[in-house]
Amino acid sequence: MTISRETQAYNFAYLDEQTKRMIRRAILKGLAVPGYQVPFASREMPMPYGWGTGGVQVTAACLMPEDRLKVIDQGADDTTNAVSIRKFFARTAGVATTERTGEATVIQTRHRIPETPLTKGQILVYQVPIPEPLRFLEPRETETRKMHELEEYGLMHVKLYEDIARHGQIATSYAYPVKVEGRYVMDPSPIPKFDNPKLGQSPAIQLFGAGREQRIFALPPFTDVVSLDFDDYPFAATKAPHDCDLCGARQSYLDEVITDDRGGRMFVCSDTDFCAGRQAEGKVGRLGVGQAEGAK
Amino acid sequence: MIADTLSGGFADAPTKSARAFRAILEAMARPGTIHTVTAAQPPAPLSVAAGVVLLTLCDGTTPLHLAGTADRAEVRDWVAFHTGAPLVAPEEAAFALGRWEALAPVSCFRIGQPDYPDRSATLIVEMDRLTNHGPALTGPGIETATWLNLPETAAFRANRALFPLGFDTIFTCGDRIAALPRSTRVEAV
Amino acid sequence: MYVAVKGGERAIDNAHQWLAEERRGDLSIPELTIPQIREQMKLAVNRVMAEGSLYDPDLAALAIKQARGDLIEAVFLIRAYRTTLPRFALSNPVDTGTMAVDRRISATFKDLPGGQVLGPTFDYTHRLLDFALMAEGEAPSGTPPTPINPLERGAPLVPHVTGFLDRDGLIETEPATDTTPPDLTREPLELPADRALRLQAITRGDEGFILSLAYSTQRGYGRTHAFVGELRIGRVAVEVDIPELGFAVEIGEVELTECETVNQFKGSRTEPPQFTRGYGLVFGQSERKAIAMSLVDRSLRWNELGEDFTGAPAQDAEFVLYHCDNIQATGFLEHIKLPHYVDFQAELELVRGLRAEAQAQREAAE
Repeated sequence: MTISRETQAYNFAYLDEQTKRMIRRAILKGLAVPGYQVPFASREMPMPYGWGTGGVQVTAACLMPEDRLKVIDQGADDTTNAVSIRKFFARTAGVATTERTGEATVIQTRHRIPETPLTKGQILVYQVPIPEPLRFLEPRETETRKMHELEEYGLMHVKLYEDIARHGQIATSYAYPVKVEGRYVMDPSPIPKFDNPKLGQSPAIQLFGAGREQRIFALPPFTDVVSLDFDDYPFAATKAPHDCDLCGARQSYLDEVITDDRGGRMFVCSDTDFCAGRQAEGKVGRLGVGQAEGAK
Repeated sequence: MIADTLSGGFADAPTKSARAFRAILEAMARPGTIHTVTAAQPPAPLSVAAGVVLLTLCDGTTPLHLAGTADRAEVRDWVAFHTGAPLVAPEEAAFALGRWEALAPVSCFRIGQPDYPDRSATLIVEMDRLTNHGPALTGPGIETATWLNLPETAAFRANRALFPLGFDTIFTCGDRIAALPRSTRVEAV
Repeated sequence: MYVAVKGGERAIDNAHQWLAEERRGDLSIPELTIPQIREQMKLAVNRVMAEGSLYDPDLAALAIKQARGDLIEAVFLIRAYRTTLPRFALSNPVDTGTMAVDRRISATFKDLPGGQVLGPTFDYTHRLLDFALMAEGEAPSGTPPTPINPLERGAPLVPHVTGFLDRDGLIETEPATDTTPPDLTREPLELPADRALRLQAITRGDEGFILSLAYSTQRGYGRTHAFVGELRIGRVAVEVDIPELGFAVEIGEVELTECETVNQFKGSRTEPPQFTRGYGLVFGQSERKAIAMSLVDRSLRWNELGEDFTGAPAQDAEFVLYHCDNIQATGFLEHIKLPHYVDFQAELELVRGLRAEAQAQREAAE
């Protein structure tokens, strides 16, 4: 790849070295205290706050020239914001990019954990909008910090229990809170709760960056992560009760696509790489076209 | 003397420090695992690995404590030139570098505050050997168990008891590093 | 047959090209130059410098041009550029007492040493559209008066109004300190924030947000009874200590607006009755912002002055500091344009499940 004159003006992976050191120190402290939100002096990035600046800064601090980067948004590699962030790093760090989960060394994600199991040597970087799991129960940072200090998580259980009283079940379907290593309650970012079981005991390193809110937190590999629940109302990872209409996958998270204005709809894997991989293997869903046939 | 002070840093800092950080990241994320680092040539008695950790993580915003034989003019000059880290007493240090005996008593290092456990020291401990034989380690980052030749166990067990407070440790030996975050449980031996 | 939406990359490229065309507009109209914006849109340039926290009129003008006049977008461009700049030195605190003032007014004293200097103000203009400006090639009217520079020999001194009150012990003393203030752009915001940090956040905060907060204090939400003790606009020297030389060297000038309010204060549990201060300091001629800043500053000081917290938004440091930055705010607000299929799908399944259950319960009851 040729690096244009415009990008030469910027450092490898965009951020200056002092900023990277600051972020790197925060990441290490995050790994040492899993689930605890480490404050960091987030920088303005050339993309807006709320569009992945935290994830981008964490990725920039982790990338090395040999990396192969994958970026997904809603599970898909081809959504506009994923494309934009992938291009940004291809330009400023000159790293190779990929859409294949298995080939990536660093994966930046918004709202999903890939279906293909992650492996040792991979880093999953989450973009986090609101890192504080207690924020919607208590808007004040000074209060929530104290609650974490004192392990005062009763309010969270009360909220979940109120759900059960009102709805007969816990009515939180994404950004479902977890407890890490029996200590900190953590917001796993707005992933669907379907993905929660993949947070714990993962062979990969999971890093979370919240740019606007200036927080970094982390899950080392093989960390205990428990979705909050009650004995009589155990946590359940749910998805649409369908198979993927393109690849037939039964156990992947699905997007619902409206196909016409007469109520027609179909369900497809939100993880585009997973779905394409299955189709390439010849797996076909209700509305899918077999790879051999599609090639004609 | 001056030449030694000015040399031994990262040539092409952005990529060298990126690779070094990944090794440190893997070490801290997977306690007890040993990783190789390169590209720093600090003055004696510092190991290559200790030099790499300093260059990768320290700068003018990170107070550094040099303990024992690490606290000598050549090292101080090198640290000043390449990192700008202010040299301080153990109680104020964000990073501390030295052999285990020189760092003792480790209870004087910062362990963070209950509301900000991240404000704790990271110890860089120079070792003669680094092998995966020693007390068993369990906890976050470790699938079942791993082993590392720690300089002692009592201090690390006491540190674990403070969790989520506590210091974090990076062991250095030649061009190799391993780490022991405060979250790791250390077997009593 | 469903085909997954592809081509995000091409769509982005096309959008950027279209944006460039829209920015330029009708090609038969001459293109704006950076000097034109810098000279003729000076207050917009000032606002972009203030909220972008970077004093560079040319870059601010460029940002305004590139952002098609969207000032928050321009501030964003400046912030993103600023954060990549290396820091060569920290300047000494500027001395606004030596300001070469273009404008200096006091609402608390009819006349005072240094005098009242109206300067270039909209204050007493009639807000009538001047159609003469529509005719091209208007001639400049007269030569502007030269600013008052107290550093020049024989120039009248322009002392701070609060200094007069201070001499009589009528206003709280604000002792000078050599403590290096925290740097909001290098350290994460930590609460409770001290006054230096609060002022830093407010001076780069959104003008509209700070204005409305200040206005709310005037309407009773955290009332502070503010008088504009003094408002001054002018240029001050920026000096940097050169350790090798052992003295400070002037590296340039910046235009600043400074406002000090004098606030009525009947005393509290901890403080005697005396006037208190609110302070505003902003890049460029930005007087609405400077006045608003000093009102909000004073309102946030309730705790150190032993006043009651009445629950007013402008008293709530956490509320003000976490929400005054328009770059954070606009980014997070606009991010809801991004796809949220995954979360929405999770909600969809949840609502379907809840409805099915409610339906089943109703049927069981019947």
